[in-house]
Order: sequence, then structure tokens, then C-alpha cells
Amino acid sequence: MAVERDVMDAAGPYDRAKALSAFKLGDVTFYWITRACAISVLLILGGIIISLIIGAWPAIREYGAGFLWTQRWAPSADPPVLGALGPVYGTLVTSFIAMMIAIPIGLGIAIFLTEICPIWLRRPIGLAIELLAGIPSIIYGMWGFFVLGPFLADSFQPFMIKVFDGVPVLGTIFAGPPSYLSLFNASLILAIMVLPFITAISVDVFKTVPPVLKEAAYGVGCTTWEVVRNVVIPYTRVGVIGGIMLALGRALGETMAVTFIIGNSFKIQSSIFAPGTTISAAIASEFAESDGLHQSGLILLGLLLFILTFFVLAAARLMLMRLEKKAGN
Amino acid sequence: MNPIYVSRRRKNIIIKFLCLGAAAFGVTWLALILFTLFYNGLAGLNLAVFTQDTPPPGSTDGGLRNAIIGSIMMTVIGVGIGAPLGLFAGTYLAEYGKHDRLTSVIRFINDILLSAPSIIIGLFIYGAIVVPMGGFSAFAGCLALAVIVIPVVVRTTEDMLGLVPNPLREAASALGLPRSLVIRRIAYRAARAGLITGVLLATARVAGETAPLLFTALSNQFFSLDLTRTMANLPVTINNFVQSPYVYWKQLAWSGALLITLTVLALNIGARILGAERTSK
Repeated sequence: MAVERDVMDAAGPYDRAKALSAFKLGDVTFYWITRACAISVLLILGGIIISLIIGAWPAIREYGAGFLWTQRWAPSADPPVLGALGPVYGTLVTSFIAMMIAIPIGLGIAIFLTEICPIWLRRPIGLAIELLAGIPSIIYGMWGFFVLGPFLADSFQPFMIKVFDGVPVLGTIFAGPPSYLSLFNASLILAIMVLPFITAISVDVFKTVPPVLKEAAYGVGCTTWEVVRNVVIPYTRVGVIGGIMLALGRALGETMAVTFIIGNSFKIQSSIFAPGTTISAAIASEFAESDGLHQSGLILLGLLLFILTFFVLAAARLMLMRLEKKAGN
Repeated sequence: MNPIYVSRRRKNIIIKFLCLGAAAFGVTWLALILFTLFYNGLAGLNLAVFTQDTPPPGSTDGGLRNAIIGSIMMTVIGVGIGAPLGLFAGTYLAEYGKHDRLTSVIRFINDILLSAPSIIIGLFIYGAIVVPMGGFSAFAGCLALAVIVIPVVVRTTEDMLGLVPNPLREAASALGLPRSLVIRRIAYRAARAGLITGVLLATARVAGETAPLLFTALSNQFFSLDLTRTMANLPVTINNFVQSPYVYWKQLAWSGALLITLTVLALNIGARILGAERTSK
């Protein structure tokens, strides 16, 4: 043993065994560092769920399931009365209207970019749409507050109210008075914000359609629209729906833009031109000044939002993964 | 001509115009938002914005120095914590655990975190850091930003390492290079532009984040570099100023908004140019 070691030491800077063991140590260390970092992603998710549940626990114990269908939100009452119905309603309605606006337009842009647009214009228009996604949400909020809100309240809303006045159901949905702060304004801003997500994913999945399929359809005399309608969309349906769900996940959780222009009213009103609130807007505007049960109630709202978005996003990912598998084969 | 052909052609033209209209609609919003920002923001943009601190209520001079520096500091520290972590995690997913069950679980969870509402991240850091530490702090804000950075970097790192051709790795391994050196010396180097793109995109994403800072870093009217106390930052300052009754504050909010948007868009465009260079090579 001793002799062997001496020989090795004598080998000096070219000591093979030493170099190998240094390599091995470096290898093992690097492996475990990367593995630990990868696992920390799971820990973050676990941390989010645990910290939300701990924070929401007093409110869960106090209100139980009734929290979900109570409309009254009176944090300063004694004891505070808190119900999630208003914010949950606002979240679902604004996201729904936003998707109704964003889906046709987002798909239209994607079709334009992949099938109609001349090639030299593709990059600039594509970039402009992608930059819409880059603008911070507080800028959208500010812009909606100062520019879009007044515009809608002065021109678009009175017009719609007049048109649908007296029509049964629609008359109540588009009822006056016009307002700077309303569910509809928030929905429109949300629609603009999620538009790039729908477009980007649709463009990506439209590109996975094998050119042979499209060429065959054009070859038998189909028009552009018929190719899109009967070849491109059926082939990519799962991916498009995945993209839409991803955008929906964004819309549900969007905070700053909505907080500025929704009016923060917990009362549920039938008109979409009336102010309302969403889960994230309620948290953003009240959390900093809350304490005790009120704060716990807000965290419970956050937990509800997280569960909601988690399932929407999970469904979106599963659909996109299915398409990826198809494209891979 | 056959009436069926006519109606098919007419339908096609209508749809084409609708698609053109949709694209115009999208581009118009970007133009409108940028126009308003420049129109309102440029007017108030002068040297004082960069050299003076945020004014007290009612005052008509002052700038955004403390908020700008606070924002830069928190973004840099947040990215400094989040980017290496994300880089290593992405490395594991792409290099070591490619066919692991654990990898597919982590990838799935990461994709969900990527789009999780940022206000939830704020609530998480509030519960995990702010409450135990006994108060709002800039450090908590940095951590909240880091949590947002991680999934972005994990995703791009994994994608970019996946693009590195395997023969490169095999050649290095054949020369006797250990695995960790193959990754660091060969794979990282080959994917460098892509990795930087990922970090730039993540920086762009957090530079304008407001919601997670609202109840972690809060804001501060004064200049402070102390990470254990509240710190001014542009997004929250804008948020506070927009809702104030003071004309000068609103003016500052517009200038701040212009600064943030230009920074974020520049980062986005820079990342894209870098990414495009990579693919054209």
C-alpha cells in the first residue's frame, strides 16, 4: 500500500488516480446540485399549497363551505362576514367574456399569419402581437383606467345600452348607466392581454400540419378558408384548445390590469356595465390593509383561485402534451 | 360561373378580410398603448426624474430615483437567485433525467408554475417570508421575483439544451470527459445564446411585475438600499401614484410607466434577436 502511494505521488501533476477522483467528485457534486434544484421546483409548489392552506385555515374553520355561496363581504362587521360569491362570479364572468372576444380574434390572427399574410410581413406583425404579451399588466391597467374606460363609458356603452333597451335577457345584461369602471371594461382589457397567448400557440400548432395535407386540399381546388376549416383546424384541434385553456388560466389570475378598472364592488349585478370585482383584484386592493380573519379570508380566496387555475392549466398542458406526442410520431 | 364557386369564393374573401381585420385589431392596440405612453410619458421625462426621490403628497417637484434604483436592485437580485437555480434544474431535466418519471412530473409542475397567477406567488412569500420575518422587506420582494423567474429559466434551459446535437456530447465523452464537464464545457457553450435568451425573457417578465411586490416589498417614499426594510420600486410606485388625486404624481406615474415599458420591450426584442441569431447559424 505504502509503496503504491509513493509511486503515485511521484507521478506528480500527471497523477491519474487523483485526477480521476477529482473528476468523480465533481461529477457527483454537479449531479446532486442539479437534482436538488430540479426538486426545488416541486418544493415551491408544495410550499405554495401549504402556506395558502395555513393562512386560510382560520377562515376555513370559521366559514366552512358557506364561504362559497355567501355574497356579503363585510370585513369591518363584528364578527366579519365574508363570502366569495362576488369575486368568484366576477372572475368567471370577466374571463368568459374575455375568451369570447379573444378566441375568434386570436385564431383569426393565427390564420392570417400562417395562411394569408405575405412572408415579409409575417415577422413584424408576429412580433407586434408577441410584444403585446410583454407589456407589464400594470401598464394595461393604467391605460384602461385613463384611456379605455372613459372612451367606453362615453361612446360604446351608451350605444349598446340604447340598442338593447327593452330586449328581454340582453336588455338586463347591457343595462345602464355607463361606467368608467365595469366588468365589461375589465373583460376587454383581459381579452387584449390573452390574445397573444392564443395566437402564439395556434401559430405553433398550425405549423405542425404536414404541408402534404394542405397541398392535397389546395390541389383538389379548396379555397384558403376551406383548407383551414377542414384540414388545419381538425388536425390541430387539441393543441388549439390547449392554447385557449392556457390563455384562460392567465385571464383567471390576471391582477393589476383588472384591479384598476373593475371598480372593486362585491355586489353581484346583472349588467356587465356595472362595477364588480375578481378574486385577484380583491386580494390586491385589500390585502395590505387587512388583518386577522379578513386577511385569512383573502388568503382563502387566493387558495380558491390557485385551485381553479391549477386545474385549468393542468388540462391545458395535458392537451398540448397529447399534440406533441402526435407530432413526434 | 357556377353559383357554388361564386359563393365559395365570396365566403373565402369575407373570411380573409375578417382575419386581416383581426390582425389589424391586435396591432392597433399595441400602437394605441405605445402612443398614449409616449404622449403622456415624454412630457414629464426630464433629468429630475432620475436624480430626485419620490415627492411627498402635494409637492410639485421630485422624481423616481429611489424607485428606479430599487426596481433595478430587486430585479437583479431576484434574477440572480432564480436564474442559477432554474439553470441547474433545467440542466437536470435535459441532461440527467431525460427518461425519468420524476422529470415528467417536474416538467408538468414547472409548466403550471410558469402560468400561475403572480398574486398567488405574492401570497406565498407573504406567508413564508414576511410573516415569519416580522415585516415587509425588499428581500421578500426579491424572493417573490425569483420564484417567478425559476420556471421561465427551467423551461428555456431544458428546451435549449435539448437542441444541442448529441454527437457533440458523444465526441466529448469519447475523449474521456466526465459527464459534468461535458455538460458545462460542451452543452452550455453550444446552447449559450439560448440560455442567455431565457434569462433575458425572465428578466423582462419580472421587471414589470407588480402584484407579488404589493405585499412583500411594499414601497418606500425614501431612498433605501436596506434589503431588510421596505424598498421603493417602480411598479408599486406607479400603482400608488395613478390612484392619487395629485396631478404631478400622475405625471410621474406616466413617466415611470414609459420607462418600464421601454425597458421590458427592449429586453424582449434583445432576447428575440439573440434567439434568431442562434437559429440562423
